[in-house]
Amino acid sequence: MSTLELLVLLPLLAALAVGLGTPARITALAASVIVLALALILAVNFNTSLEGDGSLQFTSSRPLLDIAGFPKLNLAFGLDGISLVLVLLSALVLLSAVLVAPKEDAIQGSPRLYYLSLLLIGGGALGAFTATDLFFLYAFHELALIPTFLMIGIFGHGENRVRTAWTITIFLGVGSLILLVGLILAVGSLGGTTFDIADLTSRAKSPDHDAGTQSWIFLLLLVGFGILVSLFPFHSWAAPAYAEAPTPVAMLHAGVLKKFGLYGLVRLALPLAPAGAEKWLNLVLLLLLGNILYIGLVTIAQKRLDRMLGYSSVMHMGYAFLGIAAGNVVGVSGAVLLMFAHGLSIALLFALAGWMRERFGDLDFEKFGGLAKSLPRLGLLFGFATFASIGLPGFANFAAEVEIFFGAFAGEDAGMNWIRWATIGALWGVVISAVYMLRAYRGVFMGPKPEKLETPADLAWSDRLPVLILLVALLAVGFAPDLLNQYIRPAVNGLFLVSAG
Amino acid sequence: MAWSVLLLPLLVAAAILLGLKRWSGVSALVSTGSALLTLIFCILLASGGEAAVETKSYPWISIGDRPSGEEIQAGNFNPHPGEALHIGIGFTIDGLSRGMMLIVTSIGFLVHLFSLGYMKDDKGKSRYFAGLSLFLFSMTGIVLADNFVMMFVFWELVGVSSYILIGHWYDKASAADAAKKAFLVNRIGDFGFMAGILLVWILTGSIYFDEIAKAVGGVGNAQLLNIAVLCVFCGAVGKSAQVPLHVWLPDAMEGPTPVSALIHAATMVAAGVFMLARVSFLIDAAEFAAHTIVWVGAITALLAALMALQQNDIKRVLAYSTLSQLGYMVMAQGVGHGGSDAGMFHLYTHAFFKALLFLGSGAVIYACHHEQDIWKMGGLKKKLPITFWTFALGTAALIAVPFTSGFWSKEAILEAALHEKLHGPYAIAILVAFLTPFYMTRLVLVAFFGKPRTKDADHAHEVGPVMWVPLALLAFLAVFSAYGFVSGPLLARGHADIGHLFGHFGLTAILSLVGLVVGVGAAIYFYKGRDQDPISIPLFRDKFKIDELYLGLVHLFQDAVAKGMDFADRYLVDPLVARFPAMTALAAGSVFRVFNVGNVQTYAFFFGVAAVGVILYLVL
Repeated sequence: MSTLELLVLLPLLAALAVGLGTPARITALAASVIVLALALILAVNFNTSLEGDGSLQFTSSRPLLDIAGFPKLNLAFGLDGISLVLVLLSALVLLSAVLVAPKEDAIQGSPRLYYLSLLLIGGGALGAFTATDLFFLYAFHELALIPTFLMIGIFGHGENRVRTAWTITIFLGVGSLILLVGLILAVGSLGGTTFDIADLTSRAKSPDHDAGTQSWIFLLLLVGFGILVSLFPFHSWAAPAYAEAPTPVAMLHAGVLKKFGLYGLVRLALPLAPAGAEKWLNLVLLLLLGNILYIGLVTIAQKRLDRMLGYSSVMHMGYAFLGIAAGNVVGVSGAVLLMFAHGLSIALLFALAGWMRERFGDLDFEKFGGLAKSLPRLGLLFGFATFASIGLPGFANFAAEVEIFFGAFAGEDAGMNWIRWATIGALWGVVISAVYMLRAYRGVFMGPKPEKLETPADLAWSDRLPVLILLVALLAVGFAPDLLNQYIRPAVNGLFLVSAG
Repeated sequence: MAWSVLLLPLLVAAAILLGLKRWSGVSALVSTGSALLTLIFCILLASGGEAAVETKSYPWISIGDRPSGEEIQAGNFNPHPGEALHIGIGFTIDGLSRGMMLIVTSIGFLVHLFSLGYMKDDKGKSRYFAGLSLFLFSMTGIVLADNFVMMFVFWELVGVSSYILIGHWYDKASAADAAKKAFLVNRIGDFGFMAGILLVWILTGSIYFDEIAKAVGGVGNAQLLNIAVLCVFCGAVGKSAQVPLHVWLPDAMEGPTPVSALIHAATMVAAGVFMLARVSFLIDAAEFAAHTIVWVGAITALLAALMALQQNDIKRVLAYSTLSQLGYMVMAQGVGHGGSDAGMFHLYTHAFFKALLFLGSGAVIYACHHEQDIWKMGGLKKKLPITFWTFALGTAALIAVPFTSGFWSKEAILEAALHEKLHGPYAIAILVAFLTPFYMTRLVLVAFFGKPRTKDADHAHEVGPVMWVPLALLAFLAVFSAYGFVSGPLLARGHADIGHLFGHFGLTAILSLVGLVVGVGAAIYFYKGRDQDPISIPLFRDKFKIDELYLGLVHLFQDAVAKGMDFADRYLVDPLVARFPAMTALAAGSVFRVFNVGNVQTYAFFFGVAAVGVILYLVL
């Protein structure tokens, strides 16, 4: 078994072990620590000098099914720079989420189910990001989604949690279905003989790949993946789901699993239907402005911290779409970097908001004020998370946004064009996100404290550890984005290189 | 050395944050010590004259191939747009940045020193000094930046340090609001700044100042270049608080007074002016933008001076006067090349005398137990003699008494404007020269002369040496900073001689002198021996109601537009996109009944079946 296979299967095996009766939290913790270690080992041993298609490494393939007339089914994994960055993201957030998860005796319901689900979400995400076989890429994502629905329905907050679980199930189920149709169309139009993504990608570069079909493929994938990433107007599942999900699930879904949609657009939609991407560019620009400007305003109007954070995470997806819409190395690299940055920063915010919800009950802005005085550690860490989220230089989010903006502005045109105008619109979003985040910080942490508000003890070390893991990673990549760019660029380059073969 | 100047304050800020904060006295001393050290480094740097300094650049973002030497030679800085992006953290060490660094670190050090006294008993002393160090780091980055993106990075970071320091007493609602307001208003400016950077980039292919300077002559699209420069100028409008984004600066006075002196008078707010001077080659190439800059500066100078006439809070009078003087400096940046140097010259002299005035007001406020209303002071001349005399010298420089530093630098700006035949802005600037002496004389008369009007004023004591020594040093600089032995290293820009702009008594000097005499005379006539303001002009006192207008707009957006969007999202987008299709797609009723059972097992079972179903469907 290769290191990469071990990395993917370990959380699933751990989930199995938890199901069979090993101590849940310890097993989950051990598994996620080892996963992070393995991810780091892979990163260190990753060869960054390989370009394009050749940059796929640590590959393994096990034939599973070979039915005549159907594409062969292989349990195949491999890692290029894009996958590696998302694996690092998954490993970091998984560990942090497991640390944030309540101790067994504090869980109402079955602790085993709780930790088992977390591990399945983590393992599913890791599998989806590293599978080089289209079937398993899809299947691993589904594997991660199902426990997500379960967790919201069973361990979620609030009276509406079942309804919310139902909503997100329908939404993402429909999204997955549309996606499936698009993928089947793609595989069919590319010969229908393989699920191997690299193979499909190189076939798609052939001039025979019909532009009309590409247009359909891209549209289906855009809507399918778009629903999974809460692309406007398919976003309304996100905010309530995150507000009502258990904290670790909100962290894992918003931080990691949601990135699957973006990953799919980069990994599949762009390379498998490049002509389609060009055709629908203006639609994508319109929708992403919907995410940034319209959802931005909706975010301002929120009255509860958790809902506001949920909407903010929807809004920030617009920037990733902008990078993808740029359709060049710089822009797409920025989008991948933003997946990493946003994944960490939103997990960070949900971790802190979850800590607060446990102690204050609900998170209505109205009842808060002046918390920084009585809870200085929370105030400081939330401040860091706030500034990370609004893209302050020094945090990875800023570096990613810079790459996206420069990518979107690049091009041969001498004057303004549609995507440059859209970028200007997206820049205004930077003001909007500062408005809602600083208003929230002002309302919750600054000013006088309402007399009625009783404050609990500040964050203990065990509360700070998961938050610090995320924060340190955000700062490290913010100061040195090339830490990840060195992995991302060769892989992204491969999406655009017309292969010699 | 440039790297140590940049990183030392950051290390100090990080050290305080990570643990030193427990010992606030140590934090304060370490921070002050590091400020002294950076000052020494900067003096060493400045003594190098114009000699080029080789510094290593740190590659912050490097994607793709760098342009080859030949491509760069040919002026093609971005041969593969979209394929490659290279952004470094590197330094421009020239006359402009050397001079600015001297200002930043010298005033920075004096303010640290003063703060040791002023913030002695403050509970958040560690946080305060960490904020000062963070500020010093960020400001250094702006000054030394060799490219637009690096400047933007530190531009944002000074914004944060300013946010932290304005909001130092964050449990006070007014301070918390002021901090937020400052950051958000600046973000509006930064929105334009970033757009401008991107536009300049597509026009010239570069973000590096030296490369842009080479490429700007070849830009064909003059219209877009003008727009690009105006966008960049937006950044300066925010940071240097020009109309219409001036509203944050007066509120920023909620911060501790030494912060007002350093950040909101001498250095950070001048960063916009500095940035414009750094890209003066761009402004020279964009005529329309240059004219706009002149007018925005002139209008700011006038409106702020009018608002200053009717303020009663000692710090707010000074804040509006800062706005007004920044207007002069910004105006100068659009005048033309000589104007840019004149504007920087005024930035230097203003930095000293305005820092002095703010620290002086800090001493007054400290002595009067945090009373800031000048009508509740009075007679402080006798109680605080050192403070009074240094304050008087700062005032003299601000109102341009002949032979003080402020006289020469203001003269230089006005002469440059006249030379370029910008008669409208020139006339406005002259009018401001009548108003400035009036409101400053009013301030000095009411606060320092007459009889003490309250107990606090009556019981005031002179401040200790840790506070008056910086005042005395600054007073010296305020008077003499225009003269060669001080200004030599500051003005060593090499490419322009500003000597011809001042030093001869022409029309400008005569008009300024008339303005000085009339302004001071009128103020003495109206305010000598008064216990309350004999003049009432509500429009000026209410700052032309601009804040109210903006507040209305903000409410409109937050309450109406944002809530409308929220409403639409709940009752339009969600049902149309989601629920309606979902409901029809699934014969919902029966499925819902299953869920309403609320039985976990049923629920889990349902998912399990669905999952297996999906997988079977896929495999088969």
